[in-house]
Amino acid sequence: MDVKNIKADIVHDVTGTFCPVPLVELTAKMKQMEIGQIIELIADDPGSIEDVPAWCKSTGQEFLGMFEEDGEYHFFVKKVREMK
Amino acid sequence: MEGNKRRALALLSGGLDSSLAIKLVQEQGIEVKALHFYTGFCITEFKRRTGQTKEDGTPYVNPALKAAAQLQVPLEIVDISDEYYHIVINPKYGYGRNVNPCIDCRIMMLRKAKEIMEKEGYDFIVTGEVLYQRSMSQTPQKLRLIEKEAGLEGLILRPLSAKLLPPTIPEKEGWVDRSKLLGIKGRGRKVQIKLAEKYGLDYEQPAGGCCYLTDETYAARFKEAYAVEGIITRDDLILFAVGRHLRLPSGTKLIIARNEGEVNFLKGFRNKFGYAYRKDGKGTFALIKGEPPEEELKLIADLIARYSKKEPARVVINLKGKEIELLGTPIEDQLIDQFKIYARKEASHGR
Repeated sequence: MDVKNIKADIVHDVTGTFCPVPLVELTAKMKQMEIGQIIELIADDPGSIEDVPAWCKSTGQEFLGMFEEDGEYHFFVKKVREMK
Repeated sequence: MEGNKRRALALLSGGLDSSLAIKLVQEQGIEVKALHFYTGFCITEFKRRTGQTKEDGTPYVNPALKAAAQLQVPLEIVDISDEYYHIVINPKYGYGRNVNPCIDCRIMMLRKAKEIMEKEGYDFIVTGEVLYQRSMSQTPQKLRLIEKEAGLEGLILRPLSAKLLPPTIPEKEGWVDRSKLLGIKGRGRKVQIKLAEKYGLDYEQPAGGCCYLTDETYAARFKEAYAVEGIITRDDLILFAVGRHLRLPSGTKLIIARNEGEVNFLKGFRNKFGYAYRKDGKGTFALIKGEPPEEELKLIADLIARYSKKEPARVVINLKGKEIELLGTPIEDQLIDQFKIYARKEASHGR
């Protein structure tokens, strides 16, 4: 599936922030989400390309994919387990 | 509760010590979840936002993420940056050599860990602290004080130095075998490096923490600003880490970008401070904190010219939305020294 066609339930823009702030923001949003929902995180910290998938791995959430457009990275993450 | 798998929360900076501490308890069958605290003073964040990269051009990695992946432990990033500001400005137990409030910091992190431990049903806390490694916070007395203040007496296991410390509840209860823990002390890293090899851990250098409050130059700017301005704002705490800092005769502060990353970063503060730059956009960008008198504007223009290709140039100074244009001629380096704010020892590096 083309990641550009993924329909996110929540879009969150963290451009202008740098590691680990995008992950802090992602954590906060994911905590509020329901299981099964998808978030689109928009970031411009190039380090996020590694960080976001790594974060998903270490928290057990599902990384669906990403694309880059105009220097911004769009990450798609699905909440698959509860976060306390 | 015999036979039940015990669960520990570990504080993970991502450095070698905290990684090894986790490894040591994992080996004893303890289930571990790692906590990584975001204080607002993380070196990775600072490097990335000023555009610094590793030698091969890739971004600096977050050491905790990397370590958690290697150790295969779940990681929670805990944001304490809001509360952290207060301990940096006003630490109950004071600062270390620089503006590092290590004791208050440990207490804050451990209190937070305790909250999570109780909420999520963990049994104890694990840290990578090493006895006498840091003089401010890692003496037996200080470790005890921190534990007590955090309300975690007997519940903090420090696997790297456990044999030199009084037995903790996890040891007394037999959840972990004390004889398999270590008795490391001091600043040496030999034992840790050997262990990293044994476990095949690839860890981030340098050690010394991921916190820039221990930086000398940062501390010099913090102390100078407090002495001159009498107040430290949140913006100050961010800006102390960026650019060249000059205090002009009127008390106005100039923060001059050193590279393109810093130019972009400082531009983000245009709505809060005055600023100056070369009219044709070539060269540096500086923030002006304060209200420089008319006669100081030429000095600002000359400084901009000095740090923008070192040639005469038209300089634009924007103060409260009002633009002034001046011809700047590069000021001589020996005249700049009197304005610079830095740690004395670093003078030779030309900061």
